[in-house]
Amino acid sequence: MTDTTAVEQPYLSIEGLWKAFGDFIALRDISLDVQEGEFVCFLGPSGCGKTTLLRAIAGLDLQTKGKTIQAGKVVSDLPPSSRDFGIVFQSYALFPNLTIKKNIAFGLENTGRSKPDIESRVSELLELVGLPDQGDKYPAQLSGGQQQRIALARAIATNPGLLLLDEPLSALDAKVRVHLRHEIKELQRKLGVTTVMVTHDQEEALSMADRIVVMNHGVIEQVGSPTDIYRDPATLFVADFIGEMNQIPATAGATGKVKFGDAAMICRPHSFEQGDNVIAAIRPEDVIPHGDGARSPGREDIIETPENAFDVVVDEMEFLGSFWRCRLASERFGGAELLADFSINAVRRLELAEKMTMTIELPSERLMVFAPEAG
Amino acid sequence: MADLSASLPSGPNVKGRLSRDDIIMRLGMAMIAVYLLVTMVLPLWAMLSKSFSTFQYDLSGYELQVSDEDGKFDGTILTPAELNVEMNVIDQGDLNAGSDSRMGLTQFFPDFSFRSPVMYRIRNTSDSGRFLVGSELKTGTDWLELDSNTFRRVQMRPVKSTGLGNFVSYFSTPALSNSIKNSLFIAVISTIITVALAFWFAYGLNRSCMRFKGVFRLIAMAPILVPSLLPGIALVYLFGNQGIMKELLFGASIYGPIGIVIGSVFFTFPHAFIIISTALAISDARLYEAATSLRSTPWRTFWTVTIPGARYGLISAAFVVFNLVITDFGLPKVIGGQFNVLAVDIYKQVIGQQNFEMGAVVSVVLIVPAILAFAIDRLVQSKQVASLSARSVPYQPTPNKKMDNIFLVYSVLVAIFIVGILAICQYAALIKFWPYDLSFSLKNYDFNRMDGGGWGSYVNSIQLAFLTAIIGTCVVFFGAYLVEKSNGFGTGRAIFQMFAMLPMAIPGMVLGLAYIFFFNNPANPFNFIYGTLAILVICTVTHFYTVSHLTAVTALKQMDREFESVSASLKQPTMKLFSRVTVPVCMPAILDISIYLFVNAMTTVSAVVFLYSPTTTLASIAVLNMDDAGDIAPAAAMGMMIFYTNAAARIIHLLLSRKLLRRTQAWRTS
Repeated sequence: MTDTTAVEQPYLSIEGLWKAFGDFIALRDISLDVQEGEFVCFLGPSGCGKTTLLRAIAGLDLQTKGKTIQAGKVVSDLPPSSRDFGIVFQSYALFPNLTIKKNIAFGLENTGRSKPDIESRVSELLELVGLPDQGDKYPAQLSGGQQQRIALARAIATNPGLLLLDEPLSALDAKVRVHLRHEIKELQRKLGVTTVMVTHDQEEALSMADRIVVMNHGVIEQVGSPTDIYRDPATLFVADFIGEMNQIPATAGATGKVKFGDAAMICRPHSFEQGDNVIAAIRPEDVIPHGDGARSPGREDIIETPENAFDVVVDEMEFLGSFWRCRLASERFGGAELLADFSINAVRRLELAEKMTMTIELPSERLMVFAPEAG
Repeated sequence: MADLSASLPSGPNVKGRLSRDDIIMRLGMAMIAVYLLVTMVLPLWAMLSKSFSTFQYDLSGYELQVSDEDGKFDGTILTPAELNVEMNVIDQGDLNAGSDSRMGLTQFFPDFSFRSPVMYRIRNTSDSGRFLVGSELKTGTDWLELDSNTFRRVQMRPVKSTGLGNFVSYFSTPALSNSIKNSLFIAVISTIITVALAFWFAYGLNRSCMRFKGVFRLIAMAPILVPSLLPGIALVYLFGNQGIMKELLFGASIYGPIGIVIGSVFFTFPHAFIIISTALAISDARLYEAATSLRSTPWRTFWTVTIPGARYGLISAAFVVFNLVITDFGLPKVIGGQFNVLAVDIYKQVIGQQNFEMGAVVSVVLIVPAILAFAIDRLVQSKQVASLSARSVPYQPTPNKKMDNIFLVYSVLVAIFIVGILAICQYAALIKFWPYDLSFSLKNYDFNRMDGGGWGSYVNSIQLAFLTAIIGTCVVFFGAYLVEKSNGFGTGRAIFQMFAMLPMAIPGMVLGLAYIFFFNNPANPFNFIYGTLAILVICTVTHFYTVSHLTAVTALKQMDREFESVSASLKQPTMKLFSRVTVPVCMPAILDISIYLFVNAMTTVSAVVFLYSPTTTLASIAVLNMDDAGDIAPAAAMGMMIFYTNAAARIIHLLLSRKLLRRTQAWRTS
């Protein structure tokens, strides 16, 4: 991003967007700014409204209410053909009867470019997506990943100001998907094109996006960088949707305190009233395992917050390659079990085995408190 | 967290601006909707309102004065109503009339003589009253004085009113309403026989390893290429009064239900066969593997796997056949004898008796079962689509010598029936004088010496077929594209869809009659096309619109829904996408639609029988008229000309398709 302009104008700005299908409200009061050159992901479960929002931005399905501003111009009521964007769909939507070259050239025709111009631009794009000698084939002769690259080349052929990606990787094999997501990100960085991608795959969003917009039930739950979203989820939905999260019913204490039955623990500061029903949450990898002697002073395996340390029984251990996932039972949580991911080193050092009792600590800055989800 | 109960803020909704493409698409859709409105909805409406309009003489609508021999009037005012009460000249029932009826007044004066010097005065009692003097229409309530010789030429005109009168008289006339029973009877019998025959034929082709499957498939489709009345002609030669196999009927007459049913089985067979064959082809082999592994007997597997799997196909085939038989006109016209059916009744009422209102009533009666059959068929078909699964494994039959031979014999018998009907027509067409002089001659092909328009009607038919295929394919495919791929405008599209489905439910006879009512009306601005080839083209396109539309829609639905979005994002006109991508990709379907329209335009009789003029006679109509005039051999000859033309068209279509496909569908094969 450049800092040459005095006031940074967002490239794309959405203000108070609503979308209703009959009685069903698919988008509620969505407001969002996207900076120039930014890669933004709309992430959420199916039916959360992310694709609806993308199609509203494209003008393919107009919003019911609200305003969209692109590059300083109000585009709210413009048809797609009067807007400035390129789009890639999950189905690739390549024209099956046209060769790869002609597919890419489709949008370059009737734009005042000469034939040789178009041809050199097509070769350039084929080079760019890494398929320089596939131009004379038909789409059906290419693999899914190759087809999606061609669709991408076609979408960026005319240098649109905005690139929209609607679940571009969902139809591909897992391996191709990981590879292509890296490539798309590279390409986007190279071109510096403002990009909005819709996905339901959190890994995709975390690895590709500059900023993630987490959506649910037609509202934005949280907007933030991948690390923010992961480390500081704003709501229980976000906490649960992205990554693994232990959820333990509890009651709120004074701020910075949460109670499991009678036992109070120190947690992140919160704004609940004392006695409110809340959900305490911690990610499995944040649970700290301690050895037998951890409570005795002088050992390096030190407990930082004694209030948050307690004994559990290792109920079950599952080897997942790079770490162990353990199910831990404790009277503190009633019947609920706590998932914890321990490194192979830790398991070896502590000689952990099923059915043994061990001490764990829930680090206070990682222990979060949320309001229970409605419904 | 946001409040999920909040509702939309007030204020105006965002109203999208239309792109140029949107406007073009909507204009196109509006044009095709107007086309369907004018060529179908309005004619049908005209027919419906005709069926409810009744005409009756209003005897109290006139006042009369009669002078003495010296021409002096004494001021006594008479009305025909009073005179009728006095003298009882006319029965109440005879007062019902048609739109063109007229009735003289002299019958109320027993001593009337046109030579008498007695003078008459007449007037209407209301402004709406009317009577004729000669051919001059008189309205208004002023007295008109006439001498006896002129009074002889005074005729009352019936008054029009709206009501169920026509229906009442239809149902109280057994000669007419019996046709309902007759029509249902032959439709049900034909349906049962055809579906049973077609099922085993399709079963043999799909589930056995018998030989010559390709040949049988070809033969099964042959009846589609001829008019439905051709088997009637063949049956006359086989079982008619001079038929070669007359004795096989043991004294029963082929002219009547027997002939209609046999002929119906012939011409509906391919329709039932295609549907059932498709249903059997999509069955899942895994179900049979499961049945075998559970040690089910073949008989039990047949009833628990095969029949349930094909049930939608069977039901659908049954309703399609039912619909074809009950609405068919040509066959019962040729072989029905005294056995009246609804479709022929329409013809008789209109052409024979010029009773257009009653023709409209019979049409309305015929529409009811046709629409019911159509609606059930649509319902069943939508279910069948839902039961299809992409993961099904196609069934592969295994050789079974005994069963394969049984199916081979059965298929040969069916093939003999179909080929035999066609062969006997061709044979009869080439014979000098059946059954007395069996030497060959081409004199039956000298159509110009027969009734029916001669070779000119054959040329007309070819013209009609080409025009119908070309214009129809364009209209249908473009219309289907607009309705499938345009954005917004939901209500408009729904109405369009409904319009497009309607023709399937409307019997050809009904459509033809509706066209008379609508286009023959001098007040209609489209009146000028009446009696031209244009009206035949329009009528035929409309008549066969639905199947063509569905073919186009199916092909379009297989296109990626996002092509239009991509094209718009690339700022390319939708029409470029249409011509560069949509049309080439859908070319197989487009060719199918055109050959379907061509073949049907060649064979159709029902809709156009009301609409042809002396300069636009058609081959299929010529078959009907020559048969009517007793020139049965020339009728058979013309019928076979249609067959060969259609067969040739099919072959050309096949070659053309192959060539085109090789060019436009290169991407498919590789």
